[in-house]
Amino acid sequence: MAFAGDVAITVEKVSHAYLKGAQAGLLQTLREVSLEIRRGEMVCLIGPSGCGKSTLLNIIGGLIQPSTGVVKVDGRVIRGPTPNEIAFVFQDNTLFPWSTILENVKVALEFQGVPATEREGRARTTLAAVGLKDFADHYPHQLSGGMKQRASLARALALQTGILLMDEPFAALDEQTRTYLGEELSRLLAKTGKTIIFVTHSLSEAVFLADRVIVMTARPAAIKATIAVAGAHPRGPAFMASPRFAEQRNELYALLRDEIEKTVGGLVGEEPEEAAPPMLAEQRG
Amino acid sequence: MTGTAWRARAIQIGFVVVCVLGWIYVGNARLISPIFLPRFDRVMTELLRIVSNGTVFVYLGVTLFELFAAYALALAAGLTVGFLIGRSRFWVAVFEPLLNGIFAVPIVIFLPLFILFLGIGIESKIAFGATYAFFPIVLNTIGGIGAVDARFVTVAQSLGATRWQMFKRVLLPAALPVIVSGIRIGFLIGFFSIIGSEMIAGLDGLGSQIVQLGEGMNTAAMFAYILFVILIAAILNTLLSLLQSRFNRVAAAS
Repeated sequence: MAFAGDVAITVEKVSHAYLKGAQAGLLQTLREVSLEIRRGEMVCLIGPSGCGKSTLLNIIGGLIQPSTGVVKVDGRVIRGPTPNEIAFVFQDNTLFPWSTILENVKVALEFQGVPATEREGRARTTLAAVGLKDFADHYPHQLSGGMKQRASLARALALQTGILLMDEPFAALDEQTRTYLGEELSRLLAKTGKTIIFVTHSLSEAVFLADRVIVMTARPAAIKATIAVAGAHPRGPAFMASPRFAEQRNELYALLRDEIEKTVGGLVGEEPEEAAPPMLAEQRG
Repeated sequence: MTGTAWRARAIQIGFVVVCVLGWIYVGNARLISPIFLPRFDRVMTELLRIVSNGTVFVYLGVTLFELFAAYALALAAGLTVGFLIGRSRFWVAVFEPLLNGIFAVPIVIFLPLFILFLGIGIESKIAFGATYAFFPIVLNTIGGIGAVDARFVTVAQSLGATRWQMFKRVLLPAALPVIVSGIRIGFLIGFFSIIGSEMIAGLDGLGSQIVQLGEGMNTAAMFAYILFVILIAAILNTLLSLLQSRFNRVAAAS
């Protein structure tokens, strides 16, 4: 039996490039990324949009093959999807619209290879755990955005994997819902002790959820910095109100700022200070 | 049904009633020679006669047999080929324009070939109907499979779905509404092709009977057969609509 604290996931010098159109040539998305993630750790990947965070997550989950380098889970090299060890929660609504919430979870268990007799019970238990007990027989379109993402989370949790990979799971939700679901996730985290990699583009979400925030550079993405966030899960509104939270959030933004500038073209930095419209300055503060 | 739905239905029934009343009026006023347009009551008498003495059902049996044989062939071929092509982006790029191009041709120009190879019996009708009905089925199957949201495929892959599970649990249900609409169009085209080929070169079936009665100037009986075909078409169409709305209710979620 493995114990908390040892290495669960190893990313060794992973690079990735793909052919973008015949003329455009190779587009490099990841440049020699190396990373170790401990068992039970919650790691957030943050970086400018389009930098390759999601690509890295998909490589770790075996959905995309790296151009060079390897990913190991428990010392074994990942060569394809490993649904017994790794579960995904994707951005947006990826529940099958033609099935009820319960059927969605059951079909995931069927794909994973769980015997037919166990599926129903496990699906119902997991749905109850995320507070969707009464919505098991609803279709996805009958649920709110937040509920749909909770159902997606239930689908992933039902697989009972040690590792959970989450690709901007709350990105399509409004800020209040996203904050609330973040709290829920933190509570869940404290209970299950899963190893989680969470891709986000929200500074607050990263600091709130992560034990460690990994800041990526603009494309081709490399690791720019790592910030450790102290504080045991579950975290709540008090954590978010602490001065340390604001401090780390600002630290994170300072690290990301250059990279975002590279991505969006950097208008702000080139203007003389006094020429910046006061409105913009206020918003940034 | 809502008030609007009732109003729409009332207008539809009204349209049919006005057509029939117009027909009766034209017959009573002797505006058109009964050789071209027989009186409504005479056609009704003929219709009752062919239904009660059973002659129409002999022809109907032949036509329906041809139709269902042709449709079964078209379904089997269209769905299989559609799935095989639809799974590969390359083969879709090759075959979709090709099949679309052939479907754009009035395939009825090849009917003489079918008769040349298969004779003027039911074989040529079945082959012709199957060929024509094949196209909308295969094209919609390709379209439906090709339009399946890539995210659903990725999700299933991440969950370790086998090829068969991917087909049964993801591709098929996701593509079903589009496929069902192709299946429906295929049926209508198959029906049309069977009746049409019977009329052009047939010895048996409802289509050939209509042409023979027309050529024999027995227009009242011919109109009776035409009305009977309209009735059959209405019944088959209603059954198909019910089937389709059942599928769409399941898929309404998306």
